Amino acid sequence: MVPFGGWDMPVQYSGIVDEHRAVRAAAGCFDVSHMGEFEVEGPQALAVLQRLTTNDVGALEVGQVQYSLLCHADGGIVDDLTVYRLGPERYMLTVNASNIDKDWQWVTEHGGSARWRNVSDTTGLIAVQGPKAEALVGRLADTDVTRVAYYHAAEGRVAGARCVISRTGYTGEDGFELYVPAAETPRLWSGLLDGGSGDGVVPVGLGARDTLRLEMRYALYGNDIDATTNPLEAGLGWIVKPAKGEFIGRDAIEKMRAAGPKRKLIGLEMADRSVARHGYRVMKDGRETGVVTSGSYGPSVQRSIALAYVASADAAIGTELGVEIRGQIKPARVVKTPFHPSRVKK
Amino acid sequence: MANVPADLKYTREHEWAKRDGDRVRVGITHFAQEQLGDVVFVELPKVGAKVTAHQAFGVVESVKAVSDLFAPISGEVLEVNSELPQKPETVNKDPYGKGWMILVKPSNAGELDQLLSAKQYEEFVAQGAH
Repeated sequence: MVPFGGWDMPVQYSGIVDEHRAVRAAAGCFDVSHMGEFEVEGPQALAVLQRLTTNDVGALEVGQVQYSLLCHADGGIVDDLTVYRLGPERYMLTVNASNIDKDWQWVTEHGGSARWRNVSDTTGLIAVQGPKAEALVGRLADTDVTRVAYYHAAEGRVAGARCVISRTGYTGEDGFELYVPAAETPRLWSGLLDGGSGDGVVPVGLGARDTLRLEMRYALYGNDIDATTNPLEAGLGWIVKPAKGEFIGRDAIEKMRAAGPKRKLIGLEMADRSVARHGYRVMKDGRETGVVTSGSYGPSVQRSIALAYVASADAAIGTELGVEIRGQIKPARVVKTPFHPSRVKK
Repeated sequence: MANVPADLKYTREHEWAKRDGDRVRVGITHFAQEQLGDVVFVELPKVGAKVTAHQAFGVVESVKAVSDLFAPISGEVLEVNSELPQKPETVNKDPYGKGWMILVKPSNAGELDQLLSAKQYEEFVAQGAH
């Protein structure tokens, strides 16, 4: 177990590679109850969220979910999050565990005209991810989950527990994230594992959660994005919607868009199996061009892969770069991402 | 404590050493591979390189972490396990057998006697000193 945002979290159960492969082949259950949840409601909720977040909340139907960002005025990222429209004037934001306090202060300071509730402590969250997730959740749910589309959510009971059933995830596989009252989390967790044991469904720890998201190039706050990185260089321009109107960070981001980002977050494949870890220098023809933000062996791609910020001139697919590992420059190549094909149900 | 073969010698950094005629074979212990988790990369010295007792001779990387490999004894590297670059997971599967790392010609065979016995290593691990 490791401490993470005030929680004791399992890095692994049976082993990172085994758990990773089980998610790609069958399904895995992740207890990610450490994530934070804020609810905001009232007639001001939409206007407040439009000002706080970069994506267009006005485009959300009731029951729809959106990936988005909170940004500083200079375009640096406060956090990445998902925004749920649960009712006509009721929304939920899911934020990173390590950012709960910072985000709470941010949203209440800059969006104080709406009614906010921090429900992080009373909300559990179990992710069920993998090709067998839909069948498993479907067997245990009192509602037809096949009708919940990608990035949509519905309310229902799963294994008897009251859930918001959200077809979202952080693995690149089809599956759900189940928001559940904290007290009902154990019942949901054991119901899923018991119900899926015949299908090869296993519990999955933080280690495989990281390798699964890395193969999909999903950003991890604190590693790949933070207050010193902006959405455009991180490849998150697709969730920045300046046409919706004013929001915090808009002017700075639009200036960068016009000039073009100086550096870009790219995928690297190492020539051998040495691991390019967070903070290692990226080199091009003997000069420094950037830095690794995440790196690991990718159990599905069966190669050593990494994400790195490099100068835009060195970011083209196929560019030969090097990563400095223990004083040696190890060859690496810029490759297309995701590293592993996504199987989410779009 | 699980798997500590009685006929090997051990370091406090969790390597094992096994006398093989006038040579010594070296690897990491079952406990070490368990702590590391899935081994994904092993960096070993070249044949002919000199290694020094208690000093790093290579590196083992798992998904979780990177760790130095420490030489149990000083000497010259006669062979390295050439399977490990392609199949690093062998270290997890068979740490005392096919997952061996280097074969050393000791420059001072007496160093072997200064290493921990199986019983001492078991006690060391049981104390949680790692």
